Amino acid sequence: MAKRSTPGLNTSSMADISFLLLTFFLMTSSINTDLGISRRLPPPPPEKQEDKPEIHQRNIFVVKINSHDALLFDGQIGELRDLKERAKEFLGNPRNLSNLPEKMAVDIPLLGSYDVSKGVISLQNDRGTSYEMYIQVQNELTAAVNEMRDELSRIKFGKSYADASKEQREAIEKAIPVSISEAEPTKIGGNK
Amino acid sequence: MARFKKKNDKGTPGLNMGSMSDIIFMLLFFFMVITTMRESSLVVKITVPQATEVQKLEKKSLVSYINVGVPLEPQKYGSEPRIQLNDEIAEVSDIGTFWESEKSRHDEADRPFLSIAIKADKDVRMGTISDIKQEMRKNGAFKLIYTTSRRAK
Repeated sequence: MAKRSTPGLNTSSMADISFLLLTFFLMTSSINTDLGISRRLPPPPPEKQEDKPEIHQRNIFVVKINSHDALLFDGQIGELRDLKERAKEFLGNPRNLSNLPEKMAVDIPLLGSYDVSKGVISLQNDRGTSYEMYIQVQNELTAAVNEMRDELSRIKFGKSYADASKEQREAIEKAIPVSISEAEPTKIGGNK
Repeated sequence: MARFKKKNDKGTPGLNMGSMSDIIFMLLFFFMVITTMRESSLVVKITVPQATEVQKLEKKSLVSYINVGVPLEPQKYGSEPRIQLNDEIAEVSDIGTFWESEKSRHDEADRPFLSIAIKADKDVRMGTISDIKQEMRKNGAFKLIYTTSRRAK
């Protein structure tokens, strides 16, 4: 009997079909890299707190958002676009003014002795504040911290904060901490 | 010369495309698997707010989601913003149990790095978010991420 090879299937169109499927899945899928603003919540307060830890008035920067999404900082109504500059001025206190936060010299590896600000931004919101406004305010405050970190990184290491090495970043994070306190919600003029 | 001519008469040999489909199929399966992984379908409507100072979520497997928004089926769950944990609508008081179960799913070594991402609709009022935050604090979940999308500066 003559040896006969089996006729091969024509599979060249197979690649076309699977390419089609592949492109379909490529286009419809979103490997959604979730983005966000990260924060750390404070531990719950102890049951019986007799006297609250004293914080000097100069060390605290109060930002309030009411139920109509209006903003109050520095004791007066303010605009969202001015918030970042004010927050930077408060946290940086470049001229060591007596009404802006105190500083405490801390030894930080890579940076040496650095005056870490004791300032805390206290963010207070109402129950009726919209989430969007709240995120915008958080965003501005984060932007203030990030810009300050970037400036420090450029002065000390000659490169942007994003390009700095892990150790350098850790040093900068210690020098300029994210000191934003999200206070317990108030019910001033709020519905619900 | 004649020999070369003879060869040319045969035409160009076809490439063997047999393995091509295998490779493409492999890619296809990869994408199919990736896209369906850990996608709990949302039962609340969410449009996340935009922000510029966003960070990427590191280690997605260590993040648990709390979804907040108006339910897609208002006749069943009402038109007020609700909380979705895993696949179903839940109450704020369920966050404690949710957090415990999330913790028990991970190794002891990973637990300090677990965080909660609040994925909330931009029209939600802060009252709901504050309730969630208070409940998280009570249950010892301190790492929090507000999920946003990126906006050009």
